[in-house]
Amino acid sequence: MVKKLVTSALFAGFAAGLIAAALQIALLVPLILEAELYETGALVHFADTTTAMLDIQWEYDWVRNGITVLATVAVYIGYAFILVAAMAFAQLKGIGITARSGILWGLAGAAVFNFAPALGLPPELPGMIAAELAPRQVWWAGTVAATIAGLSAIAFGKSWLPWGIGIAVVAIPHLIGAPIPEVFGGSVPPELAAEFAGRSITVGAIGWVGLGVLSAYFWLKENA
Amino acid sequence: MTTATHTAVKADTSLISIAFAAFMGLSILFVAGFAGSETLHNAAHDARHAIGFACH
Repeated sequence: MVKKLVTSALFAGFAAGLIAAALQIALLVPLILEAELYETGALVHFADTTTAMLDIQWEYDWVRNGITVLATVAVYIGYAFILVAAMAFAQLKGIGITARSGILWGLAGAAVFNFAPALGLPPELPGMIAAELAPRQVWWAGTVAATIAGLSAIAFGKSWLPWGIGIAVVAIPHLIGAPIPEVFGGSVPPELAAEFAGRSITVGAIGWVGLGVLSAYFWLKENA
Repeated sequence: MTTATHTAVKADTSLISIAFAAFMGLSILFVAGFAGSETLHNAAHDARHAIGFACH
């Protein structure tokens, strides 16, 4: 069973990671590069009001983008191990898995790893001001764990007791609240930051839905 | 009786395999998304920002 889990997670994570990385390089990396111009002071917000975001033609950096592809594929393989493990556990409990229901698993993954954390910690560009790193990472991990537990109770519970507990558990990190910066005043223009946050969450959701379908597909194929 | 025992054993090994896979996934995520080493951070920099992990 370990071999089947590992094989399907590797295939699904690799394929979905490539899809996500392609979208990142097309939609997100150009915004990161532009933000770095503000971070380093090459551009200054308000002083350079003529520089709009889509005016810049970036030279394609094969090494930097290649490393981004590797890192993203690694993250998606990590996601895939967790997702395939969850699917296998659900099957043990008598819950059927199909490639079609993989869409729902993927949306749940996006809710866990993209939507819920973004409610408190928006995806960040270089040069943005944020609270200390360690508390943010703790809040992020706690939110992911609570959302997995809560959504599982909501999805697989059969009465109002687990549903109610699930809703409460999903809400707890947001009632506690994410660490927020003490002051505002990052170097990056808000237009750029907003565009980045919107694109990052959307790309995450697309990647996750792809991962959900592919994980279910490869898991069923391994067990056929 | 025998059947029941076999099923139970099978479920146990399955649970261990599932726990192993989940642990693998968390370990990979930790290294790719969280680990603080300078080299790892610089390599994964754009990916960490793009995915929305807490970075700097």
